[in-house]
Amino acid sequence: MPVSTPEPPSPAQLFLIFARIGLTSFGGGLSGWLLREFVQQRKLMSEEDFLNGLSIAQALPGVNVTNMAIWIGYRLGGRNGAIASWLGIVVPAALLIVLISTAFSALAGFALTHVALAGAACAAIGLSLSMGLTAARRVPRRAFPLAIMAATFVAVAILQWPLIWTVLVAGSLSVAVSYSRG
Amino acid sequence: MPAIALSILVVFLPLSLVTIGGGQSAVADMHRQIVDLHGWMTASQFVDAFAISRLAPGPGSLLATLIGWRIAGPWGALAATIGIFGPTALLIYGVAHIWSRFEGARLLKALERGLRPVAAGTILAASYVLLASLDSGWIGRGLALASTALLMATPINPLLLIGGGAGCFALLHLVGLA
Repeated sequence: MPVSTPEPPSPAQLFLIFARIGLTSFGGGLSGWLLREFVQQRKLMSEEDFLNGLSIAQALPGVNVTNMAIWIGYRLGGRNGAIASWLGIVVPAALLIVLISTAFSALAGFALTHVALAGAACAAIGLSLSMGLTAARRVPRRAFPLAIMAATFVAVAILQWPLIWTVLVAGSLSVAVSYSRG
Repeated sequence: MPAIALSILVVFLPLSLVTIGGGQSAVADMHRQIVDLHGWMTASQFVDAFAISRLAPGPGSLLATLIGWRIAGPWGALAATIGIFGPTALLIYGVAHIWSRFEGARLLKALERGLRPVAAGTILAASYVLLASLDSGWIGRGLALASTALLMATPINPLLLIGGGAGCFALLHLVGLA
């Protein structure tokens, strides 16, 4: 193995790498895959650069993995790299999900299809709830963050206020308090 | 682009900016707007689409693509995809662009910490809304809670769990219980 930094991938290669990751990523854990692919195996990025990107991808709104695709794509291939990586993670998986749903619609005449899908939905809600509980566990055990969490829940789930205003108000308040605490 | 696709775009564009963490946080509001406000889908169609989006690989926000597809075909899918991914893509692109000159460590930490309780609240709200719209009663809620416990306690593959949920219901149906 040569010690020199490998040639950065072309936009087309980035598209293919992210397409493969997008099509094979089931149920989360994506950042681990990306770390293995770009830092450990291909050695295209330093671990620090990767982790900086990851914390930004998590802090900014947007799906973490699509944010990471744009971050990595930009670092490795500038504007075209970012566009190619983003298209790679979104477009093939978007086409596949439409195909899968069409397959389910074709089976919609059978009562069993709807029943099986309802069972899948229940298990999938477990996925959402466990993610929520994991996120709740990472909230600091102090009155203010806990109050923000509870207020957000009540506003969205019970009062059914529009999410965007709730998040804007609760988010900026909470970020401002975190910032002033340093 | 047909008028309905434009309306779909208008629904998803702002939602893009509140998908903190994963796509989960926006699901409650997607439900509110798509089912309650516009009546584009029934609650059970929405839950079906949610299940398919969890079964399929790729970013969880592809639920939006699927909803757009179900409402208005290819144009709907395109509008929803651009809406849910577009604004945040531009945002992270901008940050990646200025990152080298951006001494933002403290702000970044405040963002990450400050958004944590908000993300937890919205994801829990999404779970609540989905649980409430299940039409399979206590068996379904029990299965959802059991799957939550399994995910928290074991390193089980989520896809296996979702397949198991489908199999479980199919079996109950075949023996005449559900």
